[in-house]
Amino acid sequence: MTSPSPALEVREVTKSFGAVAAVQGVSFSLYGGEAHALVGENGAGKSTIVKMLAGVYRPDTGALAVGGAPADFGGPADAKSAGIAVIYQEPTLFPDLSVAENISMGNQPLTRLRQIDRRAMHANATRLFARLGVHIDPDRPARGLSIADQQLVEIAKALSSDARILIMDEPTAALSAVEVERLFSVTRALRDEGAAIMFISHRFEEITALCERVTIMRDGRHVCTELVADLSVDDMIRRMVGRDLSALFPKQDAVVGETVLEVEGLGREGVFRDISFTVRAGEIVALAGLVGAGRSEVMQAVFGVDRYDTGSVRFLGKPLRAGSPRAAMAAGMALVPEDRRQQGLIMDLSVERNVTLPRSRALARLGLLLGGSERREARSWTRQLQTKLGRLSDPVGTLSGGNQQKVVLAKWLATDPKLLIVDEPTRGIDVGTKAEVHRLMSSLAARGLAVVMVSSELPEVLGMADRIFVLREGHIVAELTRAEATEESVMYAAMGQQVAA
Amino acid sequence: MSAALATATPSPARRIIGGLVRTRELGIILALAALVGYTAAGNPRFLSGQSIRDILLNTAILAVMAAGQAVVVITRNIDLSVGSVLGLSAFAVATMMSANPGLPMIVAILAGLAIGGVAGLINGVLVRFGRVPALVVTLGTLYIFRGITYSWAGGQQVNADELPRHFLTFANDSFLGLLPWLVLIALIVVGGVSLVMRNYRVGRELYAMGSSPEAAELAGIRVARNLLGVFILSGALAGLAGVLFAARFGTVDAAAGTGLELNVVAAVVVGGVAVFGGSGTVWGAGLGALLLTVIGSALAVLDINQFWQQAIVGALIILAICADRLVAVRIARALRKRDSHV
Repeated sequence: MTSPSPALEVREVTKSFGAVAAVQGVSFSLYGGEAHALVGENGAGKSTIVKMLAGVYRPDTGALAVGGAPADFGGPADAKSAGIAVIYQEPTLFPDLSVAENISMGNQPLTRLRQIDRRAMHANATRLFARLGVHIDPDRPARGLSIADQQLVEIAKALSSDARILIMDEPTAALSAVEVERLFSVTRALRDEGAAIMFISHRFEEITALCERVTIMRDGRHVCTELVADLSVDDMIRRMVGRDLSALFPKQDAVVGETVLEVEGLGREGVFRDISFTVRAGEIVALAGLVGAGRSEVMQAVFGVDRYDTGSVRFLGKPLRAGSPRAAMAAGMALVPEDRRQQGLIMDLSVERNVTLPRSRALARLGLLLGGSERREARSWTRQLQTKLGRLSDPVGTLSGGNQQKVVLAKWLATDPKLLIVDEPTRGIDVGTKAEVHRLMSSLAARGLAVVMVSSELPEVLGMADRIFVLREGHIVAELTRAEATEESVMYAAMGQQVAA
Repeated sequence: MSAALATATPSPARRIIGGLVRTRELGIILALAALVGYTAAGNPRFLSGQSIRDILLNTAILAVMAAGQAVVVITRNIDLSVGSVLGLSAFAVATMMSANPGLPMIVAILAGLAIGGVAGLINGVLVRFGRVPALVVTLGTLYIFRGITYSWAGGQQVNADELPRHFLTFANDSFLGLLPWLVLIALIVVGGVSLVMRNYRVGRELYAMGSSPEAAELAGIRVARNLLGVFILSGALAGLAGVLFAARFGTVDAAAGTGLELNVVAAVVVGGVAVFGGSGTVWGAGLGALLLTVIGSALAVLDINQFWQQAIVGALIILAICADRLVAVRIARALRKRDSHV
């Protein structure tokens, strides 16, 4: 059924954000009457591709072509008028407007006086929901819809525009099996009418059920484009993650000591449930899983940044007060957050001020912070971590990402913690500095520090962790020892597949 | 369609919350009725023809500006420069009319709209293309426009006796002997803008922009064009208000309309337009203007200290914002409960 000329062609597109190349030279084509899957790990560049097709980003180099004609989208309106409809991963609804209005925004049916025909708009929404087999009141405001319902409204929105090219970025993430099946039958009908579909999902059974062709991406690069029928799920996973583990993880052996952290039955309504694990001194424990599985949220609740509804946290044998980062810090916990620019550092402040910030009270004399003690402290720590910097008085924002991360680590290590929680410790850091951060974490563990690492990077998880807890949709779905863990077994667990026999 | 697969039956709680939001204007009407009833019971002259006429005339200028401000606030912006635009327009038009007494009223009105429109365009360009928050931009232009008026006036003022008669009587003349022109203009402005905001695509796009700016961009709404239009509208209506101000009061100096922007914002907020954008109605803002004016008159009639008028307006604003927050919090809680699928 494949028509000879592609409905949409992506030719050698590249997109960088600062120094980070999100997409490098990716090419593929979507054909009318065909569903095309785009797969890759978190951060492989899929969402960047989607945003280029949606007209949100302009490719730095390379080109897009719609129906054979070159297309240069100045904004989402251009992509829309070229016949591209996008269902974004994050719902993009207008909470104050009614569901029917959300669906019709931009192409509302009009009366002869060019006013909005509310009755037709309502009927349109009802018709689309009937087609999707769901029951949502078109007159209610979008605010308060569950995530699944929001997703369904997004789908209805895309359907209402009669697009020839339909891009779906993880549309099924929040849907139940019945809803997914409905969505698929509608999608198949659209495909058979000649629409070109691009489908992004982490669930392989959906890809094999819906798509004819698959493009695999890894680290912003195009790995391959093949017919789905020619690939097994194992092939796909291998190509998705299959990088050599050559970036060495200098894991040192550490003597595992006493239990430092005990988390028992931790739960927070709507976010995670029944989370229990322990961490002992000298051990690196990794929380793995897909983005949105609730890993960071668990650790933030443990540290007291977020509240939790059920369960308890014991630290060094004593119960830890909930919801108080101050208590957690005083007890000897340190949290290196995921977003170091927003949460980890004060970018305009000098390196030394950043390093000594959590200890400013201890370093002060009679309540005054005098330069000397701060500088001594900062110098000793930045030297230990081999931070490359000009002067200690430079604003921390002038350092490279890797060195900023070292400053964050220095800041918390200066408090002499018993437990270090690191969230995505090497995100956005170049390979060389990455290895240094890994070496550092490993040596810290060897010195008896307990480390909890939240990471989306499989090689890092496999290379560094003594034990791995895999989270999916707010639950711990697997606990793997270092020996048991492979890329495949962690990936399978994270995506909700059975561990391959 | 299978109703058995109901995925979203609105809970009664949310129905009530939704109803509460929808009846916000009803709340204002009830407050108005209570206030008028109480005051009239104490002093029947409050309901005399002249008293009602004064209240309506006083409301008109505020309501015209509130209509423009409501649109701005619905898009999650604010225009603090309206008081200064009114001053600039009032002084410019009064000067023009005193120099050319033969000009018809419609020219004065068009001139006011044009002056305000240009001022609004400047605000819009700075907000959109300068990427500066509207609060900052319009706070700046508040002083700039006022400064221009002061340096132009140079301490002079335009007195009523310099202005042509037809200009001065416009404020008190009635259309077909039914409604004063001022009130009629206010009704047309509030009604027209309400209609566009409710029933036309561009109006719904403005609600969408205020409801979720990111989603509006992604939906392909022409955000830049719309935003410029919104600020031009707000400026133009402030300019029109300037003409009405000059006609009504006759004597115009450079300080005309100083501080009025806060009354306008108060009318909009009390009228049920959410300060975070995306909800509220223009006619609600018009009612807000009426309510504020009635409070002022009622307190004067009841011989209550002026201080209380300000305090009551303040309390109303806080009450309005608390109502918004309460609704938002309750919806968020309902949402969390619903989503607890894990």
